[in-house]
Amino acid sequence: MGRKLLLDKINVEGIRHYDVYRKEGGYRSVEKALKMQPNDIVEEVKKSGLRGRGGAGFPTGMKWSFLAKPDGVPRYLVCNADESEPGTFKDRFLMEFIPHILIEGMIVASFALGSNTSYIYIRGEYDWITDILEQAIKEANDNGWLGKNIQGSGFDCQMYVQRGAGAYICGEETALIESLEGKRGNPRIKPPFPAIKGLWDCPTVVNNVETLAAVVPILNEGGDAYAKIGVGRSTGTKLISACGNINKPGIYEIDMTISVEEFIYSDEYCGGIPNGKKLKACIPGGSSVPILPANLLLTTAKGEKRLMNYESLSDGGFATGSMMGSGGFIVLDEDQCIVKHTYTLARFYRHESCGQCSPCREGTGWMEKILLAIESGKGKMSDIDLLWDIQRKIEGNTICPLGDAAAWPVAAAIRHFRDEFEWHVNNPEKCLTENFGLRHYADPVYVAES
Amino acid sequence: MIQFNETTILKVNEIIARYPEGKQKSALLPVLHLAQVEFGGWLAVPVMDYVAQLLQIEPIEVYEVASFYSMYNLKPVGKYVFEVCQTGPCMLNGSDNIIDYIKSTLNINVGETTTDGMFTLKTVECLGACGYAPMMQLGKTYREHLTKEKVDSIIETCRSKAN
Repeated sequence: MGRKLLLDKINVEGIRHYDVYRKEGGYRSVEKALKMQPNDIVEEVKKSGLRGRGGAGFPTGMKWSFLAKPDGVPRYLVCNADESEPGTFKDRFLMEFIPHILIEGMIVASFALGSNTSYIYIRGEYDWITDILEQAIKEANDNGWLGKNIQGSGFDCQMYVQRGAGAYICGEETALIESLEGKRGNPRIKPPFPAIKGLWDCPTVVNNVETLAAVVPILNEGGDAYAKIGVGRSTGTKLISACGNINKPGIYEIDMTISVEEFIYSDEYCGGIPNGKKLKACIPGGSSVPILPANLLLTTAKGEKRLMNYESLSDGGFATGSMMGSGGFIVLDEDQCIVKHTYTLARFYRHESCGQCSPCREGTGWMEKILLAIESGKGKMSDIDLLWDIQRKIEGNTICPLGDAAAWPVAAAIRHFRDEFEWHVNNPEKCLTENFGLRHYADPVYVAES
Repeated sequence: MIQFNETTILKVNEIIARYPEGKQKSALLPVLHLAQVEFGGWLAVPVMDYVAQLLQIEPIEVYEVASFYSMYNLKPVGKYVFEVCQTGPCMLNGSDNIIDYIKSTLNINVGETTTDGMFTLKTVECLGACGYAPMMQLGKTYREHLTKEKVDSIIETCRSKAN
């Protein structure tokens, strides 16, 4: 099993609480940071190669360096804890079981960026986790890590948790900012980017929970050391939330060098597929990224073993590859219906579209209706082309990436499983009681390396 | 007259103090959560008007927010609201069966409330518990790895608590 940087202490009893967390070396990165120049911290994060863990994978250090610093204008750090991408439940795990690592990373980031008030925007449904975070913030305050003149450094920082109220779109950073301002979560047109004009029109950095937590080991061990873990531009470790048809669903911290095959079948990770069923397909990075059939998931089109990292998962582009995304890893076994699964995702995006842009507002509804018709044996062959046409007209034509996120799963399902859609149309009664099954997809047998 | 109790008023003031002066509108989402808990589990128009007045914003600014976010109920709900996830990962693990079972056990459809006002059944989209599917939200916390037996026992517990 690879190195763990975020979850190495997760099994220590009481790690959720300040005393234990501190005893285990917690808040060392803040002590170190406060003796550094803010810009040197940004450089350290740049050196680490850390990429945003929310899904987009944008280099964090670069994002920080874009922050405008006009005189007399406050700057803000906002943590995006709106985790809502189907298949993704990793941030919840960090916040629930080791909340201080987020608080610690946020204090370092706040100091580096010059944010004297920082907010954690958490999805409204994580109500009990809000309490856990508020308790952790209180403990940090009581021990002089937050508030005025932190550890005698002269740096002041307040931290607050803000609960959303059920809207996937608020995971998009400008929608999140709108929501934090007490408005509907309608994404803003960019530019201006939040780094110039964000919360209350002030320069703002929005980072994912896991990204901010990763700042802690980066400061402790140095950016260069962090960059040595992993491979290529996939540095450090990544949390993967694994779910669907696997024996051991849960959160795994990986160092991005292991293969997808090992991740699914090894007992150290997902432990294979229940009841000896075969692997049919997988969405490796949260519901928005393209679904891949088993053969393309395990091996790239070039015939190389696919690895669990940014580059390898996207090898082949959308034609034969997918994306690392948020690390929401959804496995489908041979009994699952691709049309039905795609329908539930289309319904999700229709429900979550903010309604601002017509292609997304109308298109997501049409895709849901057509997919339901095909799934219920009421589809026509021309509907498949219509679906393809609609998703193409959404992609790239909306203010925010929700449009793309809604289009991609539908496009990938048709691209790789068109025969299953056609089978539904040709077998309107049979498809209600029977499964299309595996057909020609790979039937891999995993042999553990000894 | 609609008015928060004194403890909640203190909480509202504490929330408003988290933002710069004049940015009290930012408190809208948290305050609507408080209002929903205190005023019977949903947001009636007079309640929203009260929140508008508290935050010194126009009522329409409250309505447009309340209708945007799925956690705010704009009509009355039962004492216990079962919010069952039905998105992909939960579907793969049998959420359809759980929803059907709750429907037949409580004799209501999705979106309805039992005649005794005890239970409301809602379906929701991904709540971030995909590895512990199927699941539902019940009040402040999640109930995960649902089975028919677990649903029975949840219903039983709710009923005995209410009596």
